[in-house]
Amino acid sequence: MIRFEPRANPGPVLTYGVPVIAAAIAILLAAIPLALADAPIIRAYGLMISGAFGSVFSISEMLTRATPLILTGLAAAIAFRAKLWNIGAEGQLYMGAMAAVAIGSGVIDGPSWIMIPVVMIAGAIAGALMLIGPTLMKTRLGVDEVVTTLLLNFIVLLFVQMMLEGALKDPMSMGWPQSEPIIDSAVFPPLIERMRVHFGLIIALVSAIALAVFVKRTVWGFEIRAVGENAAAAKFAGISVTKTMILVAALSGGLAGLAGVAEVAGTRGYLATDLSPGYGYAGIVVAMLARLSPVGVIASALFVASVFVGADSMSRAIGVSSYLADLIVAMALLCVLIGGFLTRFTVHFDRKTAG
Amino acid sequence: MEIIDILLAASFWEAAIRIATPLIFGVLGALVCERAGVLNLGIEGIFTAGAMAGWMAVWLGAGLWAGVLVAALAGAFFGLIHAILTVPLGLSQHVSGIGVTLLATSLSYFTYRTALPDVSSPPRIEPFRPLDIPFLSDLPFIGQALFSQTAMTMLALVLVFVTGWVLYRTPLGLAIRAVGDNPSSVEAQGLSVYGLRIGAVVVGSSLMALGGAFLTMSAFDAFFFGMINGRGWVCIALTVFASWRPGKALIGALLFGAFDAFQVRLQTEVGAFLPSQVFLMMPYILSIIALIVVARKADYPKALLVPWFKGQR
Amino acid sequence: MSSAAQTSQQTSQDLLLALAGITKRFGPLIANDAIDLTVHKGEIVALLGENGAGKTTLMNILFGHYVADEGTVTVAARDGNLEQLEPGAPQAALDAGIGMVHQHFTLAENLTGLDNIVLGTEPIFRLRRDRTKARAKLAELMAGSGLNVDLDQPVHKLTVGEKQRVEILKALYRDARLLVLDEPTAVLTPQEADSLFAVLRKLAQNGLAVIIIAHKLAEVLAVSHRIAVLRGGKKVGEMMTSDADHRSIAELMVGREVPVSRRIAREPGQPVLTLSDVTIDRGDSRRSLHGVSITAHEGEILGIAGVSGNGQAALAQLIAGLDKPDHGSVEIFGQKVEKFDAHQFAQNGIARIPEDRHHDGMVGSMTVAENIAIEDVRNAGYQKFGFLDFEAIRKRAEHAITDYDVRCPGPDAPARLLSGGNIQKLILARVLEKSPKLILANQPSRGLDVGAQSEVHRRLLEARQNGAAVILISEDLDELLTISDQIAVIHAGHITPAMATDTIDRSELGLMMAGQKKTHHAPTNQKTTTHSGETA
Repeated sequence: MIRFEPRANPGPVLTYGVPVIAAAIAILLAAIPLALADAPIIRAYGLMISGAFGSVFSISEMLTRATPLILTGLAAAIAFRAKLWNIGAEGQLYMGAMAAVAIGSGVIDGPSWIMIPVVMIAGAIAGALMLIGPTLMKTRLGVDEVVTTLLLNFIVLLFVQMMLEGALKDPMSMGWPQSEPIIDSAVFPPLIERMRVHFGLIIALVSAIALAVFVKRTVWGFEIRAVGENAAAAKFAGISVTKTMILVAALSGGLAGLAGVAEVAGTRGYLATDLSPGYGYAGIVVAMLARLSPVGVIASALFVASVFVGADSMSRAIGVSSYLADLIVAMALLCVLIGGFLTRFTVHFDRKTAG
Repeated sequence: MEIIDILLAASFWEAAIRIATPLIFGVLGALVCERAGVLNLGIEGIFTAGAMAGWMAVWLGAGLWAGVLVAALAGAFFGLIHAILTVPLGLSQHVSGIGVTLLATSLSYFTYRTALPDVSSPPRIEPFRPLDIPFLSDLPFIGQALFSQTAMTMLALVLVFVTGWVLYRTPLGLAIRAVGDNPSSVEAQGLSVYGLRIGAVVVGSSLMALGGAFLTMSAFDAFFFGMINGRGWVCIALTVFASWRPGKALIGALLFGAFDAFQVRLQTEVGAFLPSQVFLMMPYILSIIALIVVARKADYPKALLVPWFKGQR
Repeated sequence: MSSAAQTSQQTSQDLLLALAGITKRFGPLIANDAIDLTVHKGEIVALLGENGAGKTTLMNILFGHYVADEGTVTVAARDGNLEQLEPGAPQAALDAGIGMVHQHFTLAENLTGLDNIVLGTEPIFRLRRDRTKARAKLAELMAGSGLNVDLDQPVHKLTVGEKQRVEILKALYRDARLLVLDEPTAVLTPQEADSLFAVLRKLAQNGLAVIIIAHKLAEVLAVSHRIAVLRGGKKVGEMMTSDADHRSIAELMVGREVPVSRRIAREPGQPVLTLSDVTIDRGDSRRSLHGVSITAHEGEILGIAGVSGNGQAALAQLIAGLDKPDHGSVEIFGQKVEKFDAHQFAQNGIARIPEDRHHDGMVGSMTVAENIAIEDVRNAGYQKFGFLDFEAIRKRAEHAITDYDVRCPGPDAPARLLSGGNIQKLILARVLEKSPKLILANQPSRGLDVGAQSEVHRRLLEARQNGAAVILISEDLDELLTISDQIAVIHAGHITPAMATDTIDRSELGLMMAGQKKTHHAPTNQKTTTHSGETA
């Protein structure tokens, strides 16, 4: 008989080691689908590594991918900390991107130091509102936020499509449903000449550190931790669960909205319905791999981004489907879940003594 | 009135029941899992896996019913992963479910792409044909609306009855309802909490996969990326709406199907005035509204989402 | 109590259960240390011990939830042969005819009593259920034991006493030959307890063996034949009930002289909290109050007696600032409360001790220091510009840990590592250090060992002596009668006028708790509390 006993206090080796091991196992497991696809396994791994780290260009591509993933990862991490199950980062990202485009494509103009903060704020507010709605429905009406945020992803995408065929349509796009481009003064400047990695990365890194400080050291962070770990006790102690949840929703939705801003203002330059290849959902994996630690999100976003960029590059070279990347990421999530279990419990095998 | 004309047409109800069919499978599956105390957000991915696996089996030469069986087994496989993570290991049902959805979806897509690397238009199979039951299919109205559906729709309707019977009329159903309310009541009577929960999740996940299989083997004849398009999440909402009862699940799915069929017809009437996306949003908005309507009085199984460990009281 | 004669005739042929040398360790802790215990047919054995003495562990081993490290469990088979019970197999225990009634009932509330009883007794893969045989057998059992209950009601509609009957029937339906009851009287009125005892006597006469687990002697003195006492995992004494000496057993249980808390006479002062005609209607009698009027005075402990689920939760929520009345008014120091807000209440000098200390009292993953400061982190002393002052938080915790003797690895240890008694001390430290004027203590000593219990009582009495008004909600009549100045009874959302503790008759209190004896509501007559108990 197998028995689980809680561990009193997992050490730092377990706490930080488990996500690394989980990620490594997920990478190794990828050998199975690679073998089934008749691919040269060793070469495929080599191609993935060089695709993500092999040159300044590939590192720049990887960091470009990591930028929205850090932000959606933070969005999931802060929400899950408060047990607000925000699965709607994808929709919040699109709303943020749309707000950035609506304001940043020529309606107003000004110098960069005004325009960049303006599109960021607009995007963050749009994303925040997208989550505050479901959060209010949860706290006021008792509607499960998992389903509402999930369904809102589909609604938002259709809404974006509608706007791109209507009010936000670029007349110069020759019929493609895409928005007018972001004006130059609102574009995030690149960090390296002629490379795609952009100012959004700085925003993402600063956000991660600021969020870490916020959660650990401020009164509001204290209240978020209390509500997330035991809402009943927090409520009894006089902490307003509703207000805390709305604060979390604003932060989480705002961060996801910022990811959308970074994508249109930093990477793409305009809005289209294929802006995000599932950054919102991948953010959940990023957050879980980071064990909901804001600083950890940086590391896990870099991992997920290198899997995506590496697999893309490998796919182009030897024709293995790039869905392999999604597969690795999904397996990493399940592995880190199991790993998390092993840090909280020890496993014992009992011998049965009688028959 | 045009609206009345729409509602009175047999073809409208035929479409409504067809649209409802995958949802019936999905809601029954979600309901079985949740009645045992486990939320299964793997549903969206399991739909995808069922759709892909069933279709692929037939495309590789298996019979249609063999394809259905393959789909169910694929669902059971992913259900088992979710069950192991959430039942004996007691991990977060939310996160595990999302993980299973990501895994099942990416594995389905990867397999499909690996099997068919270069096709531009998806290959087709010969799907289930509409039934032609002597006498019944010739009845006015109901003959077209109900008895000219495919065998999978009939299977869905039969499963509503079977699920209801098992839950409310058999010792097994009694144990499943008990384990979702208070697992200790089951353990104290010498039954296995883990066994019941794992079994319920595996069977429920198979049912979900049948919903996916219906799409590729009955409603359409091919597999597309993104074809599930949130149907799984809609089922989770409808399960709450149905108060975890098979009969109400049928009604909920049919209402939903009728609404969807109606908006498609309305679109052809007034489509000129409103963008098509407004109509496409309707099912999702409707699901949210359905949740809001029942939220206050929703009587969730008491042990839903609560992990249980052996020897615990 | 003609029991002594009966049990003395028992021979080894009547032996039903023998636990021999049971030892169970959890890491360094020895929960059971070489315990021997026998039970015969028709015998009622009381297993006495404090919380943490090892009673529950022993029973978990008997039921196969745990595997003993050493020792054996032997049960007489139905043919009379002694057979060793397979360790770690709940099904084996059930098959051997051992039935258990847990303190927290193991009933599925959405099912009927009948469904709960039949659950697991029929082959699971069958197309139908057949209830005719079950009904016939249960009718017979009910007639033979006096355990009458409507089995077609969903369990959530039954009273606590009725649920307990379903639990007992559940065991009897499986032909239990040994019935174990864990703290069976904790949730019953004295009268309900008497009728339970009557049932148990009848069942014992029919040959059933019974083990009653209890932490209070008085409760089992009336019904048991034999008493075994556990302390610190060891069996420290065993005797016939007829030979038992009340005081010495209490000392045997605790291991030292039992400290008795005594009230020092004190004149009550001004009213602190006044509820006038308060109604909270939540559609469920457990969570509702109906026209409640009570007053708590300075320097006075007002006990609220009642069987759990009679509106105590609603009363506590109200005084804790977590709910507001639908009708009626609440005054604190003569000021009508307009805003019911837990944070405001805590800041205005109301100490709130929650009923469920694990669930509502602490955030397990946060540190001891953070848990102590949790009500006050928004205050100037603990934050600057929204940033927490960890130094101040830690300092307060260090004081609290010494002053209240909270046993923990340190202020930075996660609170979940604390034992129940230490969690309660942590909560006392959190709320009492601020010299509150009003204390809401909801079941403050439930589940604690005697040492921690007397510590709680001492702190409450000390606060009373310093002029605080204390509202003590409790199901423990001994506790109420020991430390309260006044006692009011809550039943089905109604609260009787308060009665002076010295004038109260225990059995009358029991009748009032059962709602059978209604006193007139006298909201305008709140202060004349001394004699209202007799004016029924």
